[in-house]
Amino acid sequence: MTAAGALYQLVQSLLVVAAAPLLVGWVNACRAWLQNRSAPSLLQPYRMLRKLFHKDAALAENTSWVFRFAPYVIFGCMWLAAAIVPVLATDLPFATAADVIALVGIFAVARVFISLAAMDVGTAFGTLGARREMLIGALAEPALLIVFFNLSLISQSTSLTTIVETLARREFGLYPSLAFAAVAFLMVLLAENARIPVDNPATHLELTMVHEALILEYSARHLALIEWASAIKLFAYFAIGIAFFLPWGIAEAGDWGALPLAIVAVVAKLVVAGAGLALLEAVSAKMRIFRVPEFVATAFMLATLGLLLQYVFEV
Amino acid sequence: MPHAEIVIGIVLFWLAVGALGIIRPFSGRAVSAVLFPLGAAGGIALAAVALAAIGLPATQIVLPLGLPDLPFHVRLDALSAFFLFLLGATAAGVSCYAAGYFAAVKDGSAGITCLQYHVFLASMALVLIADDAYFFMVAWETMALSSSFLVTTEHRDPEIRKAGFIYMLIAHVGAIAILLSFGVLASTGGYTFDAMRNAQLSGGWATVAFLLALIGFGAKAGIVPLHVWLPEAHPAAPSPVSALMSGVMLKTAIYGLIRVTYDLLPGVRWEWGLIVLVIAVVTTLFGVLFALMQHDLKRLLAYHSVENIGIILIGLGLSMIYVGTGQPVLAVLGLIAALYHTLNHAVFKGLLFLGAGAVLHGSGLRDLGRMGGLIRVMPHTAFLFLLGALAISALPPLNGFVSEWLTFQAALLSPALEQGVLRSIIPLAAAALALAGALTALCFVKVFGVAFLGQPRSAEAGRGHEVGGWERLGMAWLGALCVVLGLAPVWVIEIMDPIARDLLNNSLGFTGAAPQWLWLTPVAPERASYSPLIFLVVIVAVVLLAFWLVRAFYHGRLRRTPAWSCGFPGSNARMQDTAEGFAQPIRQIFSPVYEVEVHRPDPFDRAPRYSAEVRDRSWDWLYHPIARATVFCSRLIGYIQVGRISVYLMYSFVTILFLLAFVR
Repeated sequence: MTAAGALYQLVQSLLVVAAAPLLVGWVNACRAWLQNRSAPSLLQPYRMLRKLFHKDAALAENTSWVFRFAPYVIFGCMWLAAAIVPVLATDLPFATAADVIALVGIFAVARVFISLAAMDVGTAFGTLGARREMLIGALAEPALLIVFFNLSLISQSTSLTTIVETLARREFGLYPSLAFAAVAFLMVLLAENARIPVDNPATHLELTMVHEALILEYSARHLALIEWASAIKLFAYFAIGIAFFLPWGIAEAGDWGALPLAIVAVVAKLVVAGAGLALLEAVSAKMRIFRVPEFVATAFMLATLGLLLQYVFEV
Repeated sequence: MPHAEIVIGIVLFWLAVGALGIIRPFSGRAVSAVLFPLGAAGGIALAAVALAAIGLPATQIVLPLGLPDLPFHVRLDALSAFFLFLLGATAAGVSCYAAGYFAAVKDGSAGITCLQYHVFLASMALVLIADDAYFFMVAWETMALSSSFLVTTEHRDPEIRKAGFIYMLIAHVGAIAILLSFGVLASTGGYTFDAMRNAQLSGGWATVAFLLALIGFGAKAGIVPLHVWLPEAHPAAPSPVSALMSGVMLKTAIYGLIRVTYDLLPGVRWEWGLIVLVIAVVTTLFGVLFALMQHDLKRLLAYHSVENIGIILIGLGLSMIYVGTGQPVLAVLGLIAALYHTLNHAVFKGLLFLGAGAVLHGSGLRDLGRMGGLIRVMPHTAFLFLLGALAISALPPLNGFVSEWLTFQAALLSPALEQGVLRSIIPLAAAALALAGALTALCFVKVFGVAFLGQPRSAEAGRGHEVGGWERLGMAWLGALCVVLGLAPVWVIEIMDPIARDLLNNSLGFTGAAPQWLWLTPVAPERASYSPLIFLVVIVAVVLLAFWLVRAFYHGRLRRTPAWSCGFPGSNARMQDTAEGFAQPIRQIFSPVYEVEVHRPDPFDRAPRYSAEVRDRSWDWLYHPIARATVFCSRLIGYIQVGRISVYLMYSFVTILFLLAFVR
């Protein structure tokens, strides 16, 4: 572990947490433009968080400690996830504590706790949200894991740093397994971050909502933490996608001179990816909830197919 | 080295404790106040001795027992010591719990239960140290018999008698297969394990012996389709017994399989590994998919035992494939993954069964459909159950995650193999394991959410109470083990290292740089690393920091309000999701797996009832045809049974004539 690495680790952890709501603001703004609306300020998510933190928390009478504890756990998990994904440079000393399998595990912990918290209230909405969330998660999580297995077979490693470095150094070309993995990853990203066509973050319609049903009972600081955690999650997924599928420009270990270029590259990629997500959401319709398992199962199958292809053609 | 003698001493101690149970002054309250705690102390002692013995060279003793010319042989080596540790550590927690659990038994049957319970413990220890086929089978059958008596503790219920019968039946099918396997192994030498190790078995016979052992031990472990006794016997047994059966007894089958395959048979072939891997994948997915459909808490846990045996066998199958194809280091990794999961499953499944027993004790409920909100009336049980649920769902940083992580690592190293078929099957196994892990999480969110959270679905759930101190102590011990095994994987694997050196002459070799104990790096640091301790420290730090920051910059004000019911005033506890409802989408998605019988009410029905029953296809596909064939055969044999003694004498006469002709 180097001092520079430790410093960078600290900076990235704070930067990601601070910048995550901005990414959400950007996606929302793009979506508004695509829908011919005038966009809210890019800083709107921060204002929202500030407002929520100032409010008094209202807690449903029936709830236990699980309900109050869960937002902190979810926030902690997402922070951890964002801290180990290489965003600007691969020299992350802390990333050795958790590899890609553990990364999937972190997301799973957050999912389990948010679902348990929703069931804690004991209303129809909470359990409905928990059921849908766990169902989507139960199919999306293995898909994500298999996507990561694709990458780790290429780089002979499950360590995030090694994977990203190997992929960044590989010569440019179309790898069939990687293509399958990328499509599957995109589908998992949509499903896990409650985006259209799987879930609509802007609705409160009981027939369709997943994420909003889960957090229906949350208010004030608890809600703020969860919303912030969701933003960090989106950022982490974007960062994973960029690091794994478009890693060019990332600063490798020890090469701090490449950092300015890396910053420019990552910001540009995030801007494009955010706009792309907004476009994808603008042109697609929300699926019926019963079709969602098919959608996520397709991602799982694609990822597994990629894995098999890799064994057939590439290893 | 007196370790083997101490183990035998502990076995005798357990037998003595059990025998005291049926002697008059002890058979009352003293059973729970004295005898079960003594048994727990025996468990701790056994775990300590086993831990001390695991790194030592194997020791052998010949006991002056058994038949003339057939003495009992005992051997304590690293593999035995590891499983003895598992037995001792789990039994310590379960016995503690049993001290509280059986205190509530008022009809005086606790004494006899105490005897059977300790005979069960002792026989499992003997299975693990037996060093000849004869002693092994005696101990194995004692284990099956004592556990079957324990399963039928509530023998007045015909359902429970039926469960006991199915259990005995499958146990004996398995025992016959094991006996035949030993017969093949002993065909060239003697019946001692030493003779079998030195026997020069031909390739074909070795495969026969392996397959028989796989069927025999698989029947005890619960591989599909020999799993049917688990969901019957586990709910029927008292909860501490379920915990022992699921946590430890299934593991004796894993021990037997490893002993026969790696130690007694001349060499492991990759084809065997492939068979194990395919069975394991089917068992894993089958177990979790059926667990999701259960609403009886103990049945659900029993199906999860099936699933976890599958996960253990995935590791073992990978290891066997790697041995057979000449990849010794990877073979060690697979074996370690399997053994680690064996230990983990003993601990968390023990904890979960004890938790189910606590719920049964505290509220009288076993059906998830009537539970709800138990976290308020039994907070400690709820917390410990949550710990077990998170562990079994393979969530970091608890123990279930470590062993699944190791299994994934073993699977991801498959590019080292030559054969294309193997290389493409192993990733499918990894995909199946990933799916099973996620579905387990779904299942335990269902269990914990429906049973412990929300509003009570029945009056009993609202009136429940926390269980006593002994019971909580037993659960806390197993819960602590879940945490320790999750946080100190390197230490645990170092302890397991002698097993790999014994069986495979190889080791993962954690002899590198200084901070090795913190980082789990099975092959090489750049290949993969995981540090649960740092993981936990950071997550706790972040949680505390967030908590403090929110309070420092803003405030911690809170008020209680009624839950938001969307303006609909009549919201009640029955509007929460049920266990069936929670898993219903899974039933839809995986509908080809299930055989579902749905009864929909007529639209004009005044008292409509809706029911959906999910049944196990293996009954119709395998067991009922066999049962019919058996009845048919016995009817054929019935023709020669006429009931007159003269005819029977004639049969004997003809038989003797036949034999004489044959022998001469």
